Amino acid sequence: MKINRLHVDLAGLRLANPTMLASGILGSSAESLSNIVMGGAGAVVTKSVGSKPRRGCENPTVVQTSCGLINAMGLPNPGIREFAEEIREAKSLGVPVIVSVYGFSAEEYGAVAKKAVDAGADAVELNVSCPHVKETGSEIGQNPATLAEVVRKVKAAVEKPVFVKLSPNVTSIAEIAEVAANAGADAITAVNTIKAMAIDPETAMPILSNKAGGLSGPAIKPIAVRCVYEIYERVKLPIIGCGGITNWRDAVEFLLAGARAIQIGTAIAIEGPNVFKAITRGISSYLRRKGFRSVEEIVGLSHRS
Amino acid sequence: MSAYHTAANKLRTTRILKIRTESPTVKTLTFEDNQCAKAKPGQFLMLWVPGVDEIPLSVLDVEENGLVSVAVKEVGEATSVLHDKKVGEVVGVRGPFGNGFTLKGDRVLMVSGGTGTAPILFLAKELAIRATRLISVVGAKTTGELLLVNNMRRTLDKKKMLVIATTEDGSYGVKGFATTPLESFLANEKFDMIYTCGPELMMRKVFDLAEKYGIALEASLERLMRCAIGLCGSCVIGRYRVCRDGPVFTAERLRLVKTEFGILKRDFNGRKISIE
Repeated sequence: MKINRLHVDLAGLRLANPTMLASGILGSSAESLSNIVMGGAGAVVTKSVGSKPRRGCENPTVVQTSCGLINAMGLPNPGIREFAEEIREAKSLGVPVIVSVYGFSAEEYGAVAKKAVDAGADAVELNVSCPHVKETGSEIGQNPATLAEVVRKVKAAVEKPVFVKLSPNVTSIAEIAEVAANAGADAITAVNTIKAMAIDPETAMPILSNKAGGLSGPAIKPIAVRCVYEIYERVKLPIIGCGGITNWRDAVEFLLAGARAIQIGTAIAIEGPNVFKAITRGISSYLRRKGFRSVEEIVGLSHRS
Repeated sequence: MSAYHTAANKLRTTRILKIRTESPTVKTLTFEDNQCAKAKPGQFLMLWVPGVDEIPLSVLDVEENGLVSVAVKEVGEATSVLHDKKVGEVVGVRGPFGNGFTLKGDRVLMVSGGTGTAPILFLAKELAIRATRLISVVGAKTTGELLLVNNMRRTLDKKKMLVIATTEDGSYGVKGFATTPLESFLANEKFDMIYTCGPELMMRKVFDLAEKYGIALEASLERLMRCAIGLCGSCVIGRYRVCRDGPVFTAERLRLVKTEFGILKRDFNGRKISIE
């Protein structure tokens, strides 16, 4: 019998492979998500959705830099009522659909998460780490008491797994992960973008309309690997690694640091949606070459020494 | 670390070198940018208006010495600030982005409206070298808004090529829409390719006619653009990203987005709204 090395169990979700679409990338319509699934993703995370429609920031919303991207989209979304239809449609894609949720209060997180699950979300991922919108995102995730309240409210509101996506913009991400774990989180996603900015020398102006945004891409990978490693030492929850993963080596690095699954975003700009297949293939041949029978055997392997 | 794709397309600033008034609402701006000067017809760039906005614009023309021109219609804050800019003022540029038109066909029909004529004129310059028959229909509401018609006339060789202007109020050329003269052309002559760019309702009509007559078509679409590199999802139509998979779409692809093309687009919130 053929062994499927690539299956992973993630807080009760069965993934055919450990690659997932990161939130914020092409995740606002079911049809875009279908392209990602065809590209080989084992699960998809939608763009963050809140209780009301939101326009987001004016352009420029993206700055391309030599080591990655800085974005300040400003959480544009049609609101959960309208988005529920996309969630229902995405259910036919054949992979777990995780809905990313943001709010300006614990109640709002809970209410949006409930509507997302009612529409068919297999899990929710709490965006407590967006670095560029005031009074939500990282402003919640950087405050242990508020974070715990948000996680508890969402856990009380839904029966499905609750992932908490953390910001690297904290003194100790492991401590924050522990707060989320104690409040009932089922998995930790690490990390969201790192707060950053770019200034144009000619005009002496910040380029983004929001001035600051979040840096993604290769520049943040070593930081994200360190975050995953530290969280793995502190909490027993499954970890989803995210930050600058572009090829299978990057992905394996995250698995060895302690991630059970990995998310990909910025790399889609370079490789296209088939980056998921390419990375899965690379992980598979690494496992075979090293004599491992499953992805799960290498999760956190770098910690043995 | 391998060379990172987006690094090659960082925002750069450049000075406006020439400004030309094309109509009461449209100006063409020319600046130097070596990367965008390599653009193909149908590709677009993102123009940063410092402190105001960043907007997608089709490339109107490129020159060997690195000059790039775009046509800017005054429709909102960013374009109005652009219209007030003087020669020597600074703008930012990223690009070129998107796929562009493919050059094919010997007997070609081009249908454009508004600033949609900009990429079609750029395309016509390339097609004029190879096509054996080339008809350009340029439409506008009224004579003052007719755009780049004379440039099109200068570009096309009179013997095998024809430029038709249409205005909705009949103040110039044929009275009606850009699509008005199409049916008779299609009924009387054989074409092997149609290119179109302009208001989406016009392009939808052109597409429906091309389907009826079984002629290959490419249309250049516009949607709300933010990242321009295929990540943010603001510009999606069906399963396609207009910035990356487009902006030029073949009839084969348009058939797959028939329920949106000329009917729906997404607003800033990502909500579907109807196209008027």
